[in-house]
Amino acid sequence: MLAILDYKAGNQTSVRRALEHLAIPCEITADAERLKNAWGIIFPGVGAAGQAMTALTESGLDDTLRQAVAVGQPLLGICLGCQILLTHSQENQTHTLDILPGLCRCFEDGLRQEDGSPAPVPHMGWNRLHVQAPCRLLEGVEPDAEFYFVHSYYVEPASDLVIATTRYGRGFCSLYGRDGLWAAQFHMEKSGRPGLTMLQNFYRYCQEVHHAQ
Amino acid sequence: MLSKRVIPCLDVRNGRLTKGVKFQGNVDIGDPVASARRYYEEGADEIVFYDITASAEARGIFLDVVERVAAEIFIPFSVGGGIASVEDMRAVLLAGAEKVSINSAAVKDPALVGEGAAAFGSQAIVVGMDVLAVPVSETIPSGYEIVIHGGRKRTGLDAIAWARRCEALGAGELCVNSIDADGTKDGYELRLTRAVVNAVSIPVIASGGAGHPRHMFEAVDVSAHGGGASAALIASIVHYGEYTIRQCKEYMAEHGAQVRLTW
Repeated sequence: MLAILDYKAGNQTSVRRALEHLAIPCEITADAERLKNAWGIIFPGVGAAGQAMTALTESGLDDTLRQAVAVGQPLLGICLGCQILLTHSQENQTHTLDILPGLCRCFEDGLRQEDGSPAPVPHMGWNRLHVQAPCRLLEGVEPDAEFYFVHSYYVEPASDLVIATTRYGRGFCSLYGRDGLWAAQFHMEKSGRPGLTMLQNFYRYCQEVHHAQ
Repeated sequence: MLSKRVIPCLDVRNGRLTKGVKFQGNVDIGDPVASARRYYEEGADEIVFYDITASAEARGIFLDVVERVAAEIFIPFSVGGGIASVEDMRAVLLAGAEKVSINSAAVKDPALVGEGAAAFGSQAIVVGMDVLAVPVSETIPSGYEIVIHGGRKRTGLDAIAWARRCEALGAGELCVNSIDADGTKDGYELRLTRAVVNAVSIPVIASGGAGHPRHMFEAVDVSAHGGGASAALIASIVHYGEYTIRQCKEYMAEHGAQVRLTW
Protein backbone atom coordinates (compact mmCIF):
# COMPACT_ATOMS: atom_id res chain seq x y z
CA MET A 1 0.00 0.00 0.00
CA LEU A 2 1.27 3.46 -0.94
CA ALA A 3 0.18 6.52 1.02
CA ILE A 4 -0.51 9.79 -0.75
CA LEU A 5 0.07 12.58 1.73
CA ASP A 6 -3.04 14.67 2.25
CA TYR A 7 -2.20 18.20 3.37
CA LYS A 8 -4.90 20.03 1.44
CA ALA A 9 -2.52 21.07 -1.33
CA GLY A 10 -4.03 20.00 -4.56
CA ASN A 11 -3.36 17.11 -6.82
CA GLN A 12 -3.70 14.08 -4.52
CA THR A 13 -6.69 12.88 -6.48
CA SER A 14 -4.94 12.84 -9.84
CA VAL A 15 -2.06 10.89 -8.28
CA ARG A 16 -4.56 8.43 -6.82
CA ARG A 17 -6.29 7.99 -10.18
CA ALA A 18 -2.97 7.24 -11.87
CA LEU A 19 -2.02 4.66 -9.21
CA GLU A 20 -5.46 3.04 -9.41
CA HIS A 21 -5.09 2.79 -13.17
CA LEU A 22 -1.82 0.93 -12.56
CA ALA A 23 -3.60 -1.32 -10.03
CA ILE A 24 -1.27 -0.06 -7.30
CA PRO A 25 -2.99 -0.15 -3.90
CA CYS A 26 -3.03 3.33 -2.37
CA GLU A 27 -4.87 5.71 -0.12
CA ILE A 28 -4.94 9.45 0.44
CA THR A 29 -4.25 10.05 4.12
CA ALA A 30 -3.11 12.57 6.71
CA ASP A 31 -2.95 9.95 9.47
CA ALA A 32 0.57 9.66 10.92
CA GLU A 33 0.15 5.98 11.78
CA ARG A 34 -1.12 5.03 8.34
CA LEU A 35 1.66 7.00 6.69
CA LYS A 36 4.21 5.23 8.87
CA ASN A 37 2.88 1.81 7.91
CA ALA A 38 2.74 2.48 4.17
CA TRP A 39 5.31 0.83 1.90
CA GLY A 40 6.09 4.25 0.51
CA ILE A 41 4.81 7.82 0.58
CA ILE A 42 3.99 10.07 -2.32
CA PHE A 43 4.22 13.74 -1.44
CA PRO A 44 2.36 15.71 -4.12
CA GLY A 45 1.28 19.32 -4.12
CA VAL A 46 0.30 22.33 -6.16
CA GLY A 47 0.07 25.87 -4.85
CA ALA A 48 2.37 28.12 -2.84
CA ALA A 49 5.27 27.06 -0.59
CA GLY A 50 4.28 29.30 2.33
CA GLN A 51 0.76 27.93 2.62
CA ALA A 52 1.93 24.37 2.17
CA MET A 53 4.54 24.66 4.95
CA THR A 54 1.96 26.19 7.28
CA ALA A 55 -0.39 23.27 6.62
CA LEU A 56 2.43 20.75 7.20
CA THR A 57 3.72 22.27 10.44
CA GLU A 58 0.28 22.88 11.92
CA SER A 59 -0.68 19.25 11.34
CA GLY A 60 2.69 17.88 12.45
CA LEU A 61 3.06 16.12 9.10
CA ASP A 62 6.45 17.81 8.62
CA ASP A 63 7.83 15.60 11.40
CA THR A 64 6.06 12.56 9.99
CA LEU A 65 7.92 13.13 6.71
CA ARG A 66 11.28 13.67 8.43
CA GLN A 67 10.86 10.48 10.42
CA ALA A 68 9.86 8.53 7.32
CA VAL A 69 13.08 9.61 5.59
CA ALA A 70 15.12 8.94 8.72
CA VAL A 71 14.00 5.30 8.84
CA GLY A 72 14.47 4.81 5.10
CA GLN A 73 10.83 4.67 4.10
CA PRO A 74 10.63 5.40 0.36
CA LEU A 75 9.40 8.90 -0.48
CA LEU A 76 8.56 10.54 -3.79
CA GLY A 77 7.96 14.30 -3.96
CA ILE A 78 6.09 15.73 -6.94
CA CYS A 79 6.01 19.40 -8.04
CA LEU A 80 5.50 21.48 -4.88
CA GLY A 81 6.42 18.40 -2.86
CA CYS A 82 9.71 18.32 -4.78
CA GLN A 83 10.37 21.97 -3.96
CA ILE A 84 9.64 21.95 -0.24
CA LEU A 85 11.82 18.91 0.55
CA LEU A 86 14.75 21.36 0.26
CA THR A 87 16.02 23.94 2.75
CA HIS A 88 14.55 27.21 1.56
CA SER A 89 12.18 28.57 -1.08
CA GLN A 90 12.21 32.06 -2.53
CA GLU A 91 8.46 31.71 -2.82
CA ASN A 92 7.11 33.68 0.14
CA GLN A 93 10.74 33.45 1.50
CA THR A 94 9.79 30.20 3.18
CA HIS A 95 11.97 28.01 5.35
CA THR A 96 11.03 24.59 3.99
CA LEU A 97 11.45 21.01 5.24
CA ASP A 98 15.24 20.83 4.91
CA ILE A 99 15.14 17.08 4.35
CA LEU A 100 17.69 17.48 1.54
CA PRO A 101 20.10 20.41 1.03
CA GLY A 102 19.16 22.95 -1.61
CA LEU A 103 17.13 26.00 -2.59
CA CYS A 104 14.08 26.75 -4.65
CA ARG A 105 14.37 29.84 -6.86
CA CYS A 106 12.09 31.93 -9.05
CA PHE A 107 12.61 31.86 -12.83
CA GLU A 108 14.14 35.18 -13.94
CA ASP A 109 12.18 37.57 -16.19
CA GLY A 110 13.12 37.94 -19.83
CA LEU A 111 14.34 34.39 -20.45
CA ARG A 112 14.26 33.13 -24.04
CA GLN A 113 13.95 29.61 -25.42
CA GLU A 114 16.43 28.08 -27.87
CA ASP A 115 14.37 29.22 -30.87
CA GLY A 116 14.46 32.83 -29.66
CA SER A 117 10.83 32.92 -28.53
CA PRO A 118 10.10 34.22 -25.03
CA ALA A 119 10.03 31.81 -22.08
CA PRO A 120 7.22 33.22 -19.95
CA VAL A 121 6.58 32.04 -16.40
CA PRO A 122 5.00 29.68 -15.44
CA HIS A 123 6.86 27.03 -17.39
CA MET A 124 3.76 25.15 -18.53
CA GLY A 125 3.68 22.26 -20.97
CA TRP A 126 5.71 19.29 -22.20
CA ASN A 127 9.48 19.24 -21.93
CA ARG A 128 12.36 16.74 -21.95
CA LEU A 129 14.77 15.43 -19.37
CA HIS A 130 18.53 15.47 -19.87
CA VAL A 131 19.68 12.64 -17.67
CA GLN A 132 22.81 13.38 -15.62
CA ALA A 133 22.89 10.30 -13.41
CA PRO A 134 21.28 6.85 -13.59
CA CYS A 135 18.02 6.46 -11.69
CA ARG A 136 15.81 3.44 -11.09
CA LEU A 137 12.71 5.53 -11.65
CA LEU A 138 13.75 6.10 -15.27
CA GLU A 139 14.06 2.41 -16.16
CA GLY A 140 12.03 1.77 -19.30
CA VAL A 141 11.60 5.49 -20.02
CA GLU A 142 12.82 6.50 -23.51
CA PRO A 143 15.55 9.19 -23.60
CA ASP A 144 13.33 11.53 -25.64
CA ALA A 145 10.21 11.07 -23.49
CA GLU A 146 8.57 14.29 -22.41
CA PHE A 147 6.87 15.24 -19.18
CA TYR A 148 4.21 17.74 -18.18
CA PHE A 149 5.41 20.73 -16.15
CA VAL A 150 3.53 23.59 -14.48
CA HIS A 151 5.72 25.74 -12.20
CA SER A 152 7.11 29.23 -11.61
CA TYR A 153 9.97 28.20 -9.29
CA TYR A 154 12.77 25.72 -9.90
CA VAL A 155 14.87 23.64 -7.54
CA GLU A 156 18.61 23.83 -7.02
CA PRO A 157 19.51 20.83 -4.86
CA ALA A 158 23.07 19.91 -3.86
CA SER A 159 24.80 19.00 -7.13
CA ASP A 160 25.42 15.36 -6.18
CA LEU A 161 21.64 14.86 -5.97
CA VAL A 162 20.84 16.00 -9.52
CA ILE A 163 19.46 13.18 -11.69
CA ALA A 164 18.05 15.11 -14.66
CA THR A 165 17.88 18.65 -15.94
CA THR A 166 15.48 20.41 -18.31
CA ARG A 167 15.91 23.48 -20.49
CA TYR A 168 13.48 26.36 -20.46
CA GLY A 169 15.27 29.64 -21.04
CA ARG A 170 17.84 28.30 -18.57
CA GLY A 171 18.80 24.83 -17.48
CA PHE A 172 17.27 23.67 -14.22
CA CYS A 173 17.03 20.49 -12.19
CA SER A 174 13.85 18.55 -12.94
CA LEU A 175 14.57 15.28 -11.07
CA TYR A 176 16.80 14.76 -8.05
CA GLY A 177 17.36 12.48 -5.10
CA ARG A 178 18.99 9.22 -4.14
CA ASP A 179 17.75 5.63 -3.81
CA GLY A 180 14.47 5.69 -1.92
CA LEU A 181 14.12 9.47 -1.81
CA TRP A 182 13.24 11.07 -5.10
CA ALA A 183 11.71 14.35 -6.17
CA ALA A 184 10.37 15.38 -9.57
CA GLN A 185 9.38 18.86 -10.66
CA PHE A 186 7.07 17.53 -13.36
CA HIS A 187 3.70 15.85 -12.95
CA MET A 188 4.37 12.18 -13.68
CA GLU A 189 0.67 11.51 -13.01
CA LYS A 190 -0.17 13.70 -16.03
CA SER A 191 2.69 12.76 -18.35
CA GLY A 192 1.15 9.82 -20.15
CA ARG A 193 2.91 6.45 -20.32
CA PRO A 194 6.45 7.63 -19.38
CA GLY A 195 5.09 9.21 -16.20
CA LEU A 196 3.08 6.10 -15.34
CA THR A 197 6.23 4.02 -15.87
CA MET A 198 8.03 6.12 -13.27
CA LEU A 199 5.19 5.65 -10.76
CA GLN A 200 5.29 1.92 -11.42
CA ASN A 201 9.07 1.92 -10.87
CA PHE A 202 8.61 3.74 -7.57
CA TYR A 203 6.08 1.14 -6.45
CA ARG A 204 8.43 -1.72 -7.43
CA TYR A 205 11.18 -0.14 -5.34
CA CYS A 206 8.76 0.15 -2.38
CA GLN A 207 7.80 -3.51 -2.79
CA GLU A 208 11.46 -4.58 -2.76
CA VAL A 209 12.22 -2.56 0.36
CA HIS A 210 9.14 -3.91 2.09
CA HIS A 211 9.90 -7.55 1.25
CA ALA A 212 13.53 -7.17 2.29
CA GLN A 213 12.43 -6.10 5.77
CA MET B 1 12.49 23.70 -24.80
CA LEU B 2 8.73 23.43 -24.53
CA SER B 3 7.00 21.40 -27.19
CA LYS B 4 4.25 22.94 -29.24
CA ARG B 5 1.02 21.28 -28.18
CA VAL B 6 -1.62 19.58 -30.32
CA ILE B 7 -5.04 19.72 -28.69
CA PRO B 8 -8.11 17.94 -30.09
CA CYS B 9 -11.43 19.44 -29.07
CA LEU B 10 -14.51 17.28 -28.41
CA ASP B 11 -18.01 18.77 -28.31
CA VAL B 12 -20.28 16.99 -25.86
CA ARG B 13 -24.06 17.17 -25.57
CA ASN B 14 -25.99 15.12 -23.03
CA GLY B 15 -22.91 13.02 -22.39
CA ARG B 16 -22.40 12.09 -26.05
CA LEU B 17 -20.23 13.55 -28.79
CA THR B 18 -22.26 15.89 -30.99
CA LYS B 19 -20.55 14.55 -34.08
CA GLY B 20 -19.34 10.99 -34.19
CA VAL B 21 -15.60 10.70 -34.20
CA LYS B 22 -14.32 8.45 -36.94
CA PHE B 23 -10.85 7.06 -36.49
CA GLN B 24 -8.77 5.51 -39.23
CA GLY B 25 -10.12 2.02 -39.60
CA ASN B 26 -13.62 3.47 -39.61
CA VAL B 27 -14.50 2.93 -35.99
CA ASP B 28 -17.35 5.31 -35.34
CA ILE B 29 -17.80 6.20 -31.70
CA GLY B 30 -20.11 8.61 -29.96
CA ASP B 31 -18.67 8.09 -26.51
CA PRO B 32 -16.47 11.02 -25.46
CA VAL B 33 -14.53 8.87 -23.00
CA ALA B 34 -13.61 6.30 -25.66
CA SER B 35 -12.62 9.07 -28.07
CA ALA B 36 -10.53 10.83 -25.42
CA ARG B 37 -8.75 7.55 -24.74
CA ARG B 38 -7.99 7.10 -28.43
CA TYR B 39 -6.58 10.62 -28.74
CA TYR B 40 -4.54 10.09 -25.57
CA GLU B 41 -3.10 6.91 -27.07
CA GLU B 42 -2.50 8.66 -30.42
CA GLY B 43 -0.35 11.35 -28.79
CA ALA B 44 -2.61 14.29 -28.00
CA ASP B 45 -0.79 16.66 -25.65
CA GLU B 46 -3.99 17.86 -24.04
CA ILE B 47 -7.71 17.46 -24.74
CA VAL B 48 -10.52 20.00 -24.58
CA PHE B 49 -14.09 19.01 -23.79
CA TYR B 50 -16.74 21.51 -24.67
CA ASP B 51 -20.13 21.04 -23.01
CA ILE B 52 -22.83 22.38 -25.27
CA THR B 53 -25.63 21.08 -23.07
CA ALA B 54 -28.20 23.66 -22.06
CA SER B 55 -30.00 22.08 -19.09
CA ALA B 56 -28.86 21.75 -15.49
CA GLU B 57 -29.90 18.11 -15.52
CA ALA B 58 -27.51 17.26 -18.34
CA ARG B 59 -24.73 19.08 -16.48
CA GLY B 60 -24.54 16.18 -14.06
CA ILE B 61 -24.11 13.78 -16.97
CA PHE B 62 -21.29 15.95 -18.27
CA LEU B 63 -19.50 15.98 -14.91
CA ASP B 64 -19.76 12.21 -14.91
CA VAL B 65 -18.02 12.19 -18.31
CA VAL B 66 -15.25 14.39 -16.88
CA GLU B 67 -14.72 11.97 -13.98
CA ARG B 68 -14.61 8.96 -16.30
CA VAL B 69 -12.10 10.74 -18.53
CA ALA B 70 -9.91 11.58 -15.53
CA ALA B 71 -9.80 7.91 -14.57
CA GLU B 72 -8.60 6.84 -18.01
CA ILE B 73 -6.34 9.48 -19.51
CA PHE B 74 -3.17 10.74 -17.88
CA ILE B 75 -2.49 13.95 -19.70
CA PRO B 76 -3.95 17.36 -18.86
CA PHE B 77 -7.42 18.16 -20.10
CA SER B 78 -9.61 21.21 -19.95
CA VAL B 79 -13.31 21.76 -19.88
CA GLY B 80 -15.34 24.60 -21.38
CA GLY B 81 -18.97 25.46 -21.89
CA GLY B 82 -21.51 26.33 -19.26
CA ILE B 83 -19.00 27.67 -16.75
CA ALA B 84 -20.27 30.93 -15.28
CA SER B 85 -19.09 30.93 -11.65
CA VAL B 86 -16.23 29.91 -9.38
CA GLU B 87 -18.45 27.05 -8.17
CA ASP B 88 -18.87 25.79 -11.74
CA MET B 89 -15.08 25.87 -12.06
CA ARG B 90 -14.59 24.01 -8.80
CA ALA B 91 -17.00 21.27 -9.90
CA VAL B 92 -15.08 20.41 -13.09
CA LEU B 93 -11.65 20.75 -11.45
CA LEU B 94 -12.71 18.43 -8.64
CA ALA B 95 -14.03 16.00 -11.24
CA GLY B 96 -10.46 15.81 -12.56
CA ALA B 97 -9.91 18.52 -15.20
CA GLU B 98 -6.67 20.57 -15.00
CA LYS B 99 -8.09 23.69 -16.55
CA VAL B 100 -11.38 25.43 -17.19
CA SER B 101 -12.11 27.51 -20.23
CA ILE B 102 -14.46 30.47 -19.97
CA ASN B 103 -15.68 32.49 -22.91
CA SER B 104 -18.96 34.46 -22.90
CA ALA B 105 -19.03 34.40 -19.09
CA ALA B 106 -15.72 36.29 -18.98
CA VAL B 107 -17.10 38.98 -21.31
CA LYS B 108 -20.23 39.37 -19.18
CA ASP B 109 -18.31 39.33 -15.89
CA PRO B 110 -14.57 39.94 -16.36
CA ALA B 111 -14.02 39.69 -12.58
CA LEU B 112 -14.68 35.95 -12.93
CA VAL B 113 -11.25 35.54 -14.56
CA GLY B 114 -9.48 36.96 -11.50
CA GLU B 115 -11.71 35.11 -9.04
CA GLY B 116 -10.94 31.83 -10.76
CA ALA B 117 -7.20 32.57 -10.83
CA ALA B 118 -7.21 33.49 -7.13
CA ALA B 119 -9.08 30.31 -6.21
CA PHE B 120 -7.29 27.79 -8.45
CA GLY B 121 -4.17 29.53 -9.85
CA SER B 122 -3.74 31.20 -13.24
CA GLN B 123 -2.56 27.94 -14.79
CA ALA B 124 -6.10 26.58 -14.39
CA ILE B 125 -7.87 29.47 -16.14
CA VAL B 126 -8.10 29.59 -19.93
CA VAL B 127 -10.04 32.40 -21.56
CA GLY B 128 -11.61 31.43 -24.87
CA MET B 129 -12.05 34.28 -27.34
CA ASP B 130 -14.30 34.10 -30.40
CA VAL B 131 -13.05 36.71 -32.82
CA LEU B 132 -14.59 38.26 -35.94
CA ALA B 133 -12.68 40.34 -38.49
CA VAL B 134 -14.36 43.76 -38.83
CA PRO B 135 -13.46 47.09 -40.44
CA VAL B 136 -10.91 49.03 -38.39
CA SER B 137 -12.66 51.70 -36.32
CA GLU B 138 -12.01 53.85 -33.29
CA THR B 139 -13.49 51.26 -30.93
CA ILE B 140 -11.96 48.29 -32.80
CA PRO B 141 -8.49 49.57 -33.78
CA SER B 142 -7.13 46.08 -34.46
CA GLY B 143 -9.95 45.18 -36.87
CA TYR B 144 -10.78 42.15 -34.71
CA GLU B 145 -13.86 42.15 -32.51
CA ILE B 146 -14.85 39.80 -29.71
CA VAL B 147 -18.17 38.03 -30.34
CA ILE B 148 -20.12 35.78 -27.97
CA HIS B 149 -22.91 33.19 -28.11
CA GLY B 150 -21.17 31.21 -30.81
CA GLY B 151 -20.48 34.31 -32.87
CA ARG B 152 -24.06 35.55 -32.97
CA LYS B 153 -23.58 38.59 -30.73
CA ARG B 154 -20.98 41.31 -31.21
CA THR B 155 -19.60 42.93 -28.06
CA GLY B 156 -17.84 46.10 -29.23
CA LEU B 157 -14.64 44.82 -27.57
CA ASP B 158 -11.38 45.01 -29.48
CA ALA B 159 -9.84 41.52 -29.44
CA ILE B 160 -6.28 42.69 -28.78
CA ALA B 161 -7.32 44.99 -25.94
CA TRP B 162 -9.46 42.19 -24.51
CA ALA B 163 -6.56 39.72 -24.70
CA ARG B 164 -4.34 42.12 -22.73
CA ARG B 165 -7.10 42.68 -20.21
CA CYS B 166 -7.62 38.95 -19.68
CA GLU B 167 -3.90 38.53 -19.06
CA ALA B 168 -3.95 41.38 -16.54
CA LEU B 169 -6.98 39.83 -14.82
CA GLY B 170 -5.08 36.60 -14.28
CA ALA B 171 -5.82 34.31 -17.22
CA GLY B 172 -3.12 31.67 -17.61
CA GLU B 173 -3.74 31.02 -21.27
CA LEU B 174 -5.83 32.33 -24.18
CA CYS B 175 -7.59 30.24 -26.80
CA VAL B 176 -8.11 32.44 -29.84
CA ASN B 177 -10.77 31.16 -32.20
CA SER B 178 -11.34 32.87 -35.53
CA ILE B 179 -15.06 32.81 -36.39
CA ASP B 180 -14.11 33.60 -40.00
CA ALA B 181 -11.74 30.66 -40.34
CA ASP B 182 -13.70 28.19 -38.20
CA GLY B 183 -15.01 25.33 -40.29
CA THR B 184 -13.32 26.49 -43.52
CA LYS B 185 -10.41 24.02 -43.27
CA ASP B 186 -8.37 26.70 -45.11
CA GLY B 187 -5.97 27.32 -42.24
CA TYR B 188 -5.85 29.38 -39.09
CA GLU B 189 -6.21 33.16 -39.17
CA LEU B 190 -2.47 33.66 -38.73
CA ARG B 191 -2.52 37.43 -38.64
CA LEU B 192 -4.94 37.34 -35.70
CA THR B 193 -2.96 34.59 -33.93
CA ARG B 194 0.27 36.56 -34.33
CA ALA B 195 -1.33 39.83 -33.16
CA VAL B 196 -2.52 38.19 -29.92
CA VAL B 197 0.79 36.33 -29.40
CA ASN B 198 2.65 39.64 -29.72
CA ALA B 199 0.26 41.43 -27.36
CA VAL B 200 0.51 39.09 -24.36
CA SER B 201 3.16 36.97 -22.67
CA ILE B 202 0.89 34.06 -21.66
CA PRO B 203 0.53 31.03 -23.97
CA VAL B 204 -1.87 31.36 -26.90
CA ILE B 205 -3.75 28.43 -28.45
CA ALA B 206 -4.71 28.96 -32.10
CA SER B 207 -8.20 27.72 -33.00
CA GLY B 208 -10.36 27.56 -36.10
CA GLY B 209 -9.50 26.55 -39.63
CA ALA B 210 -7.22 23.51 -39.41
CA GLY B 211 -7.71 21.30 -42.48
CA HIS B 212 -4.17 20.02 -43.06
CA PRO B 213 -1.14 19.41 -40.81
CA ARG B 214 0.52 22.28 -42.69
CA HIS B 215 -1.96 24.66 -41.07
CA MET B 216 -1.01 23.39 -37.64
CA PHE B 217 2.65 23.98 -38.38
CA GLU B 218 1.85 27.51 -39.58
CA ALA B 219 -0.08 28.26 -36.38
CA VAL B 220 2.89 27.45 -34.12
CA ASP B 221 5.69 28.55 -36.50
CA VAL B 222 7.80 31.12 -34.65
CA SER B 223 9.11 32.74 -37.86
CA ALA B 224 7.62 36.00 -39.09
CA HIS B 225 5.21 34.12 -41.43
CA GLY B 226 3.80 31.96 -38.67
CA GLY B 227 1.28 32.48 -35.90
CA GLY B 228 3.79 31.82 -33.13
CA ALA B 229 1.15 30.10 -30.98
CA SER B 230 2.02 27.64 -28.20
CA ALA B 231 -0.60 25.14 -29.30
CA ALA B 232 -2.94 24.25 -32.15
CA LEU B 233 -6.54 23.29 -31.39
CA ILE B 234 -7.98 20.83 -33.89
CA ALA B 235 -11.32 19.14 -34.50
CA SER B 236 -12.56 17.77 -37.80
CA ILE B 237 -9.05 17.17 -39.21
CA VAL B 238 -8.75 14.25 -36.79
CA HIS B 239 -12.40 13.52 -35.97
CA TYR B 240 -13.14 12.20 -39.45
CA GLY B 241 -10.04 10.09 -39.73
CA GLU B 242 -8.32 12.20 -42.42
CA TYR B 243 -5.17 12.39 -40.33
CA THR B 244 -4.00 10.84 -37.11
CA ILE B 245 -2.48 13.02 -34.44
CA ARG B 246 0.85 11.28 -35.05
CA GLN B 247 0.72 12.21 -38.75
CA CYS B 248 0.00 15.82 -37.83
CA LYS B 249 2.86 15.93 -35.35
CA GLU B 250 5.31 14.23 -37.69
CA TYR B 251 4.52 16.80 -40.37
CA MET B 252 5.06 19.60 -37.86
CA ALA B 253 8.37 18.11 -36.73
CA GLU B 254 9.60 17.64 -40.31
CA HIS B 255 9.03 21.34 -40.89
CA GLY B 256 10.97 22.36 -37.82
CA ALA B 257 8.45 22.59 -34.98
CA GLN B 258 9.38 21.09 -31.62
CA VAL B 259 6.63 18.57 -30.84
CA ARG B 260 6.34 15.58 -28.53
CA LEU B 261 6.80 12.40 -30.58
CA THR B 262 7.32 9.79 -27.86
CA TRP B 263 4.42 8.75 -25.68
